[in-house]
Amino acid sequence: MADPMRIRAQASGDKATVRVLMSHEMESGQRKDAAGKLVPAWFIQEVSATLNGKPVMSAEWGPSVSKNPFLQFTVKGAKAGDKLAVTWKDTKGESRTDEATVS
Amino acid sequence: MNQSVGHNTKKIALALSLFVLSSVALAQKSSTDSIAEYRAMLQDGNPADLFEAKGEDLWKKARGPKNVSLEKCDLGKGAGVVKGAWVELPRFFSDTNRVQDLESRLVTCMQDLQGLNAEEINKTPFGKGEQANLTALATWISAESKGMKFNLPQGHIEERKMYEAGKRLFFMRSGPHDFACATCHSQDDKRIRLQDLPNLTKNPGAGNGFGAWPAYRVSNGQMWSAQLRLNDCYRQQRFPYPLFGSDATIALGVFMGVNGKGGEATAPAIKR
Repeated sequence: MADPMRIRAQASGDKATVRVLMSHEMESGQRKDAAGKLVPAWFIQEVSATLNGKPVMSAEWGPSVSKNPFLQFTVKGAKAGDKLAVTWKDTKGESRTDEATVS
Repeated sequence: MNQSVGHNTKKIALALSLFVLSSVALAQKSSTDSIAEYRAMLQDGNPADLFEAKGEDLWKKARGPKNVSLEKCDLGKGAGVVKGAWVELPRFFSDTNRVQDLESRLVTCMQDLQGLNAEEINKTPFGKGEQANLTALATWISAESKGMKFNLPQGHIEERKMYEAGKRLFFMRSGPHDFACATCHSQDDKRIRLQDLPNLTKNPGAGNGFGAWPAYRVSNGQMWSAQLRLNDCYRQQRFPYPLFGSDATIALGVFMGVNGKGGEATAPAIKR
């Protein structure tokens, strides 16, 4: 089971700024271990966000995104009290969803 | 009439010269400022947050052969008191009869309360198994003292002895490069490449340097504890690696922490 994300969503005016910190190794598949063997690729491939269950963002990620990635985006029309959920899915098929309330 | 025109011209000239001055100041933004800016940008979204969350869970979770949490662990301010504990460490503990830093104290608690094997933990490489848990715990505990001022106790004779031992170690030149901690860290305004080297013999350097670890290192994506940081200093000096939680590393911690008295705790920080 992957570690939880840290999600902060703060409304100001008619939009909310969302900051997400994900816990993931993000192995590019280019690195070699101490024995010289290639470390297999393992990274987040799909990221999506919903506001009160309605999709507001989806992204395709690749191996060049850093370990423990940080993502920030703004959602138009989000108000305090709204539920914002973020989901990622990695190349091993593992996935994780976390939710935060817009403040 | 003439007079007032003259006055106005003077004003414009003054405004112009001020403008020129400020643009010169802007152009002179040093690499240090740029690094500070870069760190400020990264601080909002410091992955240390993830380790903090993990550490808090580990503190509260019943674990080990005895299946108990660490919530009764005495970090120096009484059993279970976390807030403010880190800015008073290392300190003397009468139950173990030695001066301990945060990490070695946590190992004591993990053994006494949870029944984990302290020797095994001390031998585990950094970032693996229980050592990874220990770093997460240290990250959370240090974060609970964020913004507080360092105030290491020096009341006990053992604490003062550790300070003296730390001072000697700090200035001891040895190894193939005839290096000491003091070679890099005992003067003001020194740098290595673009990194400022804090003067660890006094404030603000001592508070800034000592108060920033545990820190997340962006370049390798690792959370580094204070013990690992000191271990790496010795690697860079080409010294033999000190043992985990050894008196030598704790003495250096006392030396830096006491020198940093009144400095602000910024850990968990983010580093290049």
